[in-house]
Amino acid sequence: MINDNTFDQTADDVVKSEKFEYNTLNLGPTHPATHGIFQNVLTMDGEFIVDSEQTVGYIHRAFEKIAERRTFYQITPLTDRLNYCSAPINNMGWFMTVEKLLGIEIPKRIQYLRVIIMELSRIADHLVCNSVIGVDTGALTPFTYIFQAREWAYEVFEEISGARMTTHIGRIGGFERNFSQRAWDKIHLFMEKYPPMLKEFENLLMRNRIFMDRTIGVGSISAERALNYGFTGPNLRAAGVDYDVRVANPYSSYDEFDFAIPVGKSGDTYDRFMVRQEEMWQSLSIVRQAIEKLDKLDDKDTFRASVPEFVLPPKEKVYNNMEALIFHFKQIMGEVEIPKTEIYHSIEGANGELGFYLIADGNRTPYRLHFRRPCFIYYQAFPEMIKGSLLSDAIVTMSSLNVIAGELDA
Amino acid sequence: MYTINNQLVNEVKETLTNKFGDAITCFEVVADMPQLTIRKDKITDVVDILLNTFGFSFLTDLCGVHYPESENELAVVYHLHNLAKNQRIRLKTFTKASDPSIPSITPLFSSANWMERETYDFYGIVFQGHPNLRRILNCDDMDYFPMRKEYALEDTTREDKDDTMFGR
Repeated sequence: MINDNTFDQTADDVVKSEKFEYNTLNLGPTHPATHGIFQNVLTMDGEFIVDSEQTVGYIHRAFEKIAERRTFYQITPLTDRLNYCSAPINNMGWFMTVEKLLGIEIPKRIQYLRVIIMELSRIADHLVCNSVIGVDTGALTPFTYIFQAREWAYEVFEEISGARMTTHIGRIGGFERNFSQRAWDKIHLFMEKYPPMLKEFENLLMRNRIFMDRTIGVGSISAERALNYGFTGPNLRAAGVDYDVRVANPYSSYDEFDFAIPVGKSGDTYDRFMVRQEEMWQSLSIVRQAIEKLDKLDDKDTFRASVPEFVLPPKEKVYNNMEALIFHFKQIMGEVEIPKTEIYHSIEGANGELGFYLIADGNRTPYRLHFRRPCFIYYQAFPEMIKGSLLSDAIVTMSSLNVIAGELDA
Repeated sequence: MYTINNQLVNEVKETLTNKFGDAITCFEVVADMPQLTIRKDKITDVVDILLNTFGFSFLTDLCGVHYPESENELAVVYHLHNLAKNQRIRLKTFTKASDPSIPSITPLFSSANWMERETYDFYGIVFQGHPNLRRILNCDDMDYFPMRKEYALEDTTREDKDDTMFGR
């Protein structure tokens, strides 16, 4: 962290050794250009950036410590608040980790429903990132227009789980209830109205002279450095490495879907924008395929796998029936069979490989839960990416990396 | 569950046990992940071999765990990934809580930089050879390592919360 002596030392050292001074600019914790609260102290030579140093941890909420004192369901709200732009993906990833721990088989219908929710959430997150790259170059119009599309996605989440942003969507084994007709209506509305809006958004930014001049060649990173820095997700794919957890370790029947992985060449901001843009089209195609597969399935009713020890009995029974009361008590107090083992499970979050390292010791709470947060790991590369570039390039690079403070700090 | 590439895992096991002998204290498969337990002084060499000879070119994760009942209480867990052959592997090293120190793998993997800082911040494990080992997520003037099991979830040193009025 920055303390009282930091700036004195820098100035003194430099003035003694060289004729000119470097400027220190504080892209402070609260700044309209940073998507979240994290600080960058830039050492600048005029307009060019010589070095930078990050301070993160302003929104550190000690999730890993809290998780040691929470049952599996109580951890889901914590996962909501990791990458809060795409909370459903985090929820699904956590449930899949628990299901892997307990060895639960998920029926096909539920897997397809989960795919729909995850892809809608990925679209919502990429929309934020791409429109915010536009905003940081000065283009406020696409941002304002495309957020209407995000509204439709959020309405789907609200219909299914009751909340828009911190959704806690789904349950261990599936969903709490079947998707209602209203939820399906909202999904179909999204599928119908969203493609023309995305096309309009593309027209505004993708081949825009000013946008291209601002973003091509800016903030590039080579594939070797990106791999060494632990990049995953669209940032890594923009650098040229086609690593996608949905393809490498397929989960939730992603291996049955036909989709392409867009890969960039130079790892600069324009490539990251284009990779996310194409991923949104691919996500749309995946949702369409999922809806078709659901229509073809005979099973129209399963919304939850049979996991009796993680389903609370209905309240009418609990208040009137002794067995249901005892069972409810048993579940809440954690007298269920939980294996003692260590599980690492990862999913393709909107920013990359979101991993959950769970050490279970037979109790109802984890012994240790560690979130492998993609944002935290690739944000380390930021100084290297902006060395020698202009301040305005640094701003655009930062927004194209899609750094979300919730995932940075956890 | 991840599928295990048995040929690669056996090759790794043979090479490492031949080279390091008893520094590899345990090699097992836990759930779907091959797991190695290594003595802490050899960790950089083992990671180097995994990176350069066997192609585990991706450091997925680095975190700490505290086992207060063991003799060597603090553990550091590394997850590596061979992207070409799609094989993951987990490495564990242990160190004493009284003077915890482990060689840093930052020279091999740049992504270890912040992950080791986070592990230091939470558990107090000093990584030798780390370029910038200081706290990352907690405030700098914190004088204890919060993820260790002896510390309660609620911060007992706080004076601003008055539980008599808004008690839990």
